[in-house]
Amino acid sequence: MKNILTLLLAIATYLPVSAQQTPAAKQTEAITIEGATAHLGNGEVIESSLIMFEDGKLTFVGDSKMKIARKGNIIDASGKHVYPGFIAPAKTLGLIEINSVRATDDQDEIGELIPHVRSLIAYNAESQVVESMRPNGVLLGQIAPSGGRISGTSSIVQFDAWNWEDAAIKVDDGVHLNWPRSFRQGRWWMGEERGYQPNKDYSKDVETVVTFLKNSVAYGKGKPTEMNPAFAAMQGVLDGTQKMYVYADGEKEIIDAVNTLKTNGVKEVVLVGGYEAYKITDFLKKNNIPVLVQFTHNLPVFDDDDYDLPYKLPKLLVDSGLLVGLQNNEASNFQTRNLPFYAGQVGQQGLDKEKALQLITGNSAKILGIDDSYGTLEVGKSATLFISEGDALDMSTNQLTHAFIDGRNISLETHQTELWKRYMGKYEGE
Amino acid sequence: MKKLIFSLCLFWCGALLFSQDYFPESEGVKANNNNFTAFTNAKIFVTPTEVIQKGTLLIQNGKVVNVGASVTLPQNTIVVDLNGKSIYPSFIDIYSKFGIEQPKRSSGGRRSPQFEPTREGFYWNDHIMPENDAIGSFKYDEKEAKELIEAGFGAVNSHTHDGIARGTGVLIALNNAGTDANRVLDDRSAQYFSLEKSVTKQQSYPTSLMGALALLRQMYSDANWYANGNASTTDRSLEALIKNKGLVQIFEAKDKGNDLRADKIGDAYGIQYTILGGGNEFERIDEIKATNAKFIIPLNFPDAYDVSDPYQAGYVSLEDMRYWNQAPTNPKVLAENGVTFSLTPYELKSMSKFKDNLMKAIEYGLPKTKALEALTTVPAEILGKSNVLGTLKKGAHANFLITSGDIFDKSTTLYENWVQGNKNSINNKDITDIRGDYTLTTEGKTYDISITGELAKPKMEVKLDTVKLDSKISYENDWLTFSFSADKGAKTYRMIGAVLPDTDNLSGRLILPDGTETSFMANKKSGFEEKSKDDSDASDAPKVMPVTFPNVGYGYTSKPKQENLLFKNATVWTSEEAGILENTDVLVKNGKIAKIGTNLGASGAKVIDATGKHLTAGIIDEHSHIAALAVNEAGHNSSAEVKMEDVVDPEHMGIYHSLAGGVTSIQLLHGSANPIGGRSAILKLKWGEEADGLIYDNSPKFIKFALGENVKQSNWDSYSRFPQTRMGVEQVFMNYFQRAKEYDEKKKSGQTYRYDEEMEVLAEIINGERFISCHSYVQSEINMMMKVAEHFGFRVNTFTHILEGYKVADKMAEHGVGAGSFSDWWAYKYEVKDAIPYNAAIMHSQGVTVAINSDDREMMRRLNQEAAKTIKYGGMTELEAWKMVTINPAKLLHLDDRVGSIKEGKDADLVLWSGNPLSVYTKAEKTIIEGTTYFDLQKDKAQREAIKKERNELVKMMLEEKAGGKKTQGPKQSVKQTFTCETL
Repeated sequence: MKNILTLLLAIATYLPVSAQQTPAAKQTEAITIEGATAHLGNGEVIESSLIMFEDGKLTFVGDSKMKIARKGNIIDASGKHVYPGFIAPAKTLGLIEINSVRATDDQDEIGELIPHVRSLIAYNAESQVVESMRPNGVLLGQIAPSGGRISGTSSIVQFDAWNWEDAAIKVDDGVHLNWPRSFRQGRWWMGEERGYQPNKDYSKDVETVVTFLKNSVAYGKGKPTEMNPAFAAMQGVLDGTQKMYVYADGEKEIIDAVNTLKTNGVKEVVLVGGYEAYKITDFLKKNNIPVLVQFTHNLPVFDDDDYDLPYKLPKLLVDSGLLVGLQNNEASNFQTRNLPFYAGQVGQQGLDKEKALQLITGNSAKILGIDDSYGTLEVGKSATLFISEGDALDMSTNQLTHAFIDGRNISLETHQTELWKRYMGKYEGE
Repeated sequence: MKKLIFSLCLFWCGALLFSQDYFPESEGVKANNNNFTAFTNAKIFVTPTEVIQKGTLLIQNGKVVNVGASVTLPQNTIVVDLNGKSIYPSFIDIYSKFGIEQPKRSSGGRRSPQFEPTREGFYWNDHIMPENDAIGSFKYDEKEAKELIEAGFGAVNSHTHDGIARGTGVLIALNNAGTDANRVLDDRSAQYFSLEKSVTKQQSYPTSLMGALALLRQMYSDANWYANGNASTTDRSLEALIKNKGLVQIFEAKDKGNDLRADKIGDAYGIQYTILGGGNEFERIDEIKATNAKFIIPLNFPDAYDVSDPYQAGYVSLEDMRYWNQAPTNPKVLAENGVTFSLTPYELKSMSKFKDNLMKAIEYGLPKTKALEALTTVPAEILGKSNVLGTLKKGAHANFLITSGDIFDKSTTLYENWVQGNKNSINNKDITDIRGDYTLTTEGKTYDISITGELAKPKMEVKLDTVKLDSKISYENDWLTFSFSADKGAKTYRMIGAVLPDTDNLSGRLILPDGTETSFMANKKSGFEEKSKDDSDASDAPKVMPVTFPNVGYGYTSKPKQENLLFKNATVWTSEEAGILENTDVLVKNGKIAKIGTNLGASGAKVIDATGKHLTAGIIDEHSHIAALAVNEAGHNSSAEVKMEDVVDPEHMGIYHSLAGGVTSIQLLHGSANPIGGRSAILKLKWGEEADGLIYDNSPKFIKFALGENVKQSNWDSYSRFPQTRMGVEQVFMNYFQRAKEYDEKKKSGQTYRYDEEMEVLAEIINGERFISCHSYVQSEINMMMKVAEHFGFRVNTFTHILEGYKVADKMAEHGVGAGSFSDWWAYKYEVKDAIPYNAAIMHSQGVTVAINSDDREMMRRLNQEAAKTIKYGGMTELEAWKMVTINPAKLLHLDDRVGSIKEGKDADLVLWSGNPLSVYTKAEKTIIEGTTYFDLQKDKAQREAIKKERNELVKMMLEEKAGGKKTQGPKQSVKQTFTCETL
């Protein structure tokens, strides 16, 4: 182990130290990965695999016993594992750099109903936090504004880019709606108890959303003489070209949200959060609602809940036949590199490991509507994948040797690895 | 109406009785009334236990002159025959706000905190006001007195409910006919304390419970010092405190835990407080009993939650539901355990609730004698007034109640409440019972009249043959007025007549429908018979859920017990030189690891087949804030005087959750609001034990220090507290340590010195007796802190967080300081911009003892996974990674001789894992502390079922309560604050 370290450090000394890794160049030469256990992200696994890609696209995914010509640069990955790039939905990555430094915060615009506010143009492709996702296999993300009732419109990006335009893989993919809560926390600074109590304004809050939806529908039917940016920005979710991501956790809220959105013309609804979704899986199935369920490294909301409810929640939903992805919307952005471990935690609860993997790959791609190119290792799809020394869902074995986005061999160095090597260099040199 | 009777009946004797001998009389001639009044043929409760079945009470000039079965009456005696009625001593409310305008919270915008006191010539802290004598602002409130009198009270003990030291109170007789000259029974009845700051004062310190406790300790210590004449200036607060020393000392604690905290302070300064409890004493009755304190218990029970909406019901925790169910047993449990207590209507929304709750307490098992004592003799005894209040013995104030019967029976009527010999009539005791069936004939028709209902408020039904007619009745001051309508309302007959005691019939004026005035006579056919209530109600005793340990969801029905255990055939991670041992047995005996080997004999121990499983030492979290009621004392830039041990919360669900993640020991640290924080509590997570039971025996001494953005208050609007820069932080330390050094030298030289708890603690650090866990981030400040320590000749024990430790790891190793770090946190504030997950590995490579800690309630329940991250980031071996959550934190906490590894002779703090403990796929199956299993996956499963069942049962009970027309409260989810370093 020490030897590997020294070797790594030796290499490191030749690398220039910079704030942000230079984005990798376009794939020019074919690449072949041979011998790895390939986890395809669709539930399938190939023990000893052969994977080839050219011009950023997968050209072969199969068994290494296959007697076909290996193309281009051949990577021997025997004993290693290959995964599709992990996908982080519903994040403000690149919209805020340091939580407590206001000047770096671009995640929450003023206003309650502002679907016209777009995350993409504020996305900082050179964020050090975004960069730190990659060594853990998190290569794609949905960048969504936060706050308010309708926070704005998200876009989906890949994490190795010169600028936001370069990063975008799906522009303005969806609108994000924080459903009202039927319980609210007491305003303790005003002398109320700190706990939660019924929100007396719940129906009024819901009514506000309904009115907004109805206005958006009406606006879309007529020929407006005057542009209303908010109503205009809602047309995509009404005609089905964009998805509506609705954030709700309580059973009542989820039912209200789904019913309200469906009856008011919203075509594609995705539930985000879903703490109590396990209680109404039949309802969700009937309405064909996929769930981007809250991450597992969470506490039970109620003291009487099972201590491991957050751990097993995704499994409960998967077992019921719902389409489920994992997100960590409520966690700090830097935590998103732990996305694979959230999935691993579901494996601890007995979900098949390949199914657990789907929660952050194939399923998420389907839910986000990028499954034509991303999320699974299938011929014709983007070569967005990585090689790990071991099981990438487990902390100690998630050790990447290579990662590719659209076939580009991206750097796994970060601000953090550079500091590591710099200071180890200092001590080794002494 | 009641009020009218009441005011009418304020008796004539009052004004005459209390004229003062030496006062000039300008409105007439002097005429004192020295007549006696005797109440005869009554059941008299001279005391709750001394009862005369048919006796006489003789009073004169507001005092009891005699009481007994046969009493000789002087000739000038007015005799009141109470045949069949009962006499009780009037109640005493020992914890009232009566007559004293209570300070209101000053409204006004939030400004920068105020750190300095506003007063001159008083104690340095504005919340210490023992000089505040309530008599100075006392104003008798007749209206409020009436309400109390109607509820049965004859005397109240009141004070200003504001501040931590609140000064003295007043004991008042509720004599609406008297003057303050005789009503004020004691103008310095007791001295009062609480844990809550004054609402009128803005001084920041103390911001926390532990700060309030430290302040009280320092106050007492300063008072002793002041009393010995050591101060060169005048302090009117301390002077008052010294003056009030001989009084009864009453402490407002309001919760079982705070009861114990208050008692502990009392013990330290030779004071036995009388404690105002909170109503939850039954949950920890053994410890409550052990205080030997007398208690004042508010008779305040929660309403049932409105759980009719199942979604909303889901927010109410089992703990809160259960508390609704169990709270009415509190007085009973106190009585059963021999705790002396008084009952008070303190903080009840209305007086009518007082009687309801009293009945409820009795229904839930409080013996009636104890109930009466709690309202009469006990409060009198607490106040040292047993000779004049609470009984009807000779010489006592003539404060007594006349009732129709047992005062604790729902159907009993309270007729009169006499205070200092003045009658207050509440219900007319001489009312004639007119209830019964009558016939009344007029205009050739005979009507059947039936009068039922309450004696003083009867109801009427009028029938012609079998047809019910509309009717009205009123009965007041012996006059009966009623009317009924015949012919479908076309004809109304109206009647009025005086009720005469000597006939059963009713008669008087009748006004016919056409206005003709005539007379009526209603002849009584039969008397009224009260439907006898089924006395078999007793078998219907309310169902009370058992108290668990702790008394929350997932609490155990009995405290878990220590067992001798033999783990067979486990993979044992020793965290020692021995490394990881395959197929190994571990024998646990008497809470210790007795033997490690193969093929060990059970010798009576319970055998656990651990084949395929992994056994490790329990995880130790060097940096945690769970199980605390407060985390920061932010009122000063140093708070070394505060102790986290004072605010341990043994009922915190974080304990159970952490056990489920394999954690057995934690350092409960003070937060990072100030450079010098408070002293740590080092705990074992013994779920079910009380607070002190969690704290390590012979605990190593630790204190939290902090550096950087938090202590500079960089991330919130606070610009007035020193320090605002890292430069200032150094100066805080230099100054405090220099002062501590000088303090210690003075103390050791034998000179007189003022005991200063804060300086004592800092001197311990300099003397190497107490260790620092220092919150730190950037390299400059880390380096500074080590230099400060070196200057004063000690070493920093641990840097916690220490996210730039990797930049100065060599210097740290040289200094000899350890590190407790996050595995991978960064980017949450500016000073963690250069935080890297390789930190632990780099520091380790330079010889620093490194632990991975949480500072987070969620992360701490999977520290095994956090340790695994050091393998990913920096290439630690599994063995070394595992040490980072076991033996390394044990070393940092100076506990490595007791816990942190599997070694013969050490505490049996063990975790049985389903697989490799560093894997994300592994679960803790059993978590054991000193041979006692505190978490077990199987038991947990059973607990889940039990919770479901009990919740369902309680929901049903609450629905019934609502259906029965009882008041309910809205559903709510009470949440305990989740603390991190930065929580203020």
